[in-house]
Amino acid sequence: MSHDYSDDHGNAALRTRAIESLLIEKGYLTTAAIDRLVSAYENDIGPMLGARVVAHAWVDPEFKRRLLADGTKAMRELDVGGFSGENLVVVENGPTLHNVVVCTLCSCYPWSVLGLPPTWYKSPEYRARVVREPRAVLKEFGLDLPPEKQVRVWDSSAEIRYLVLPERPPGTEQMPEAALAELVTRESMIGTGVPQLP
Amino acid sequence: MTESNTNSGQPTAGADVPRRNGELVFEEPWQSRAFGMVVALTENKVCNYEDFRQRLIASIGQWDREHAATPEAVYHYYEHWLESLERLVTEHGLLQEDEIQSRAELLHEQDHHDHD
Repeated sequence: MSHDYSDDHGNAALRTRAIESLLIEKGYLTTAAIDRLVSAYENDIGPMLGARVVAHAWVDPEFKRRLLADGTKAMRELDVGGFSGENLVVVENGPTLHNVVVCTLCSCYPWSVLGLPPTWYKSPEYRARVVREPRAVLKEFGLDLPPEKQVRVWDSSAEIRYLVLPERPPGTEQMPEAALAELVTRESMIGTGVPQLP
Repeated sequence: MTESNTNSGQPTAGADVPRRNGELVFEEPWQSRAFGMVVALTENKVCNYEDFRQRLIASIGQWDREHAATPEAVYHYYEHWLESLERLVTEHGLLQEDEIQSRAELLHEQDHHDHD
């Protein structure tokens, strides 16, 4: 029953159009609904949302406490997240702990706060290797962690999507929140990087 | 192209709108449609996202097993997505496999007729 699309993206395009046209004709979907979703993920929903959450947690310890206790609920305070059924758990990096996130079986990812995952996150290589040899994988991303720092790998699922709360870079004590957000990279919220220095 | 609406108004060097992270969200339009269809179906409560995800896991798992010995094999994520969408809608009885096939053939003919 499976179709091999690998030699022919034209075939995939045809089947997609076929499915879309049929689903619309039968009233299950509208073109407008699909257009809206595609536009949202191409333009509006992306890691800049997560960066705002991280920056706010850095400047507001009470918000950080709420964020770590219930990620989904706390993010709503910033009008971020809240896709139905999405349970967001925030894991905090510290001096002796570095967190990194994966979905070993498919591609589960905190869409509402980071947008859609990058290709490398979905790759068979990342999915298999980061659980087996996280330090080696992180090193390939340019992140060489000292031995005294523990690495914890979180395997995402439908039930729980993880976001890493990275450590606030040194020398940023006087920076306003908006400027702090600009230091936060997507990789730092997945765990394959750290925020930029000011 | 719409600019991302950052708080400071400065171009961001860190997290940014998908296109400016250095990678397109969707390489081809069909991928964006396949994505949109799954999310729209779940938003409409026609299908359950978990039903889709289980099929995605199965499709990806099969590829992983078949290609365990060939690490250089190219992996096409959205093909698994599309296959899983197709399984979802046919196994839930929304569409029939043969009508999808017929429609795809019709579209193919129409494309070529229009180019003559």
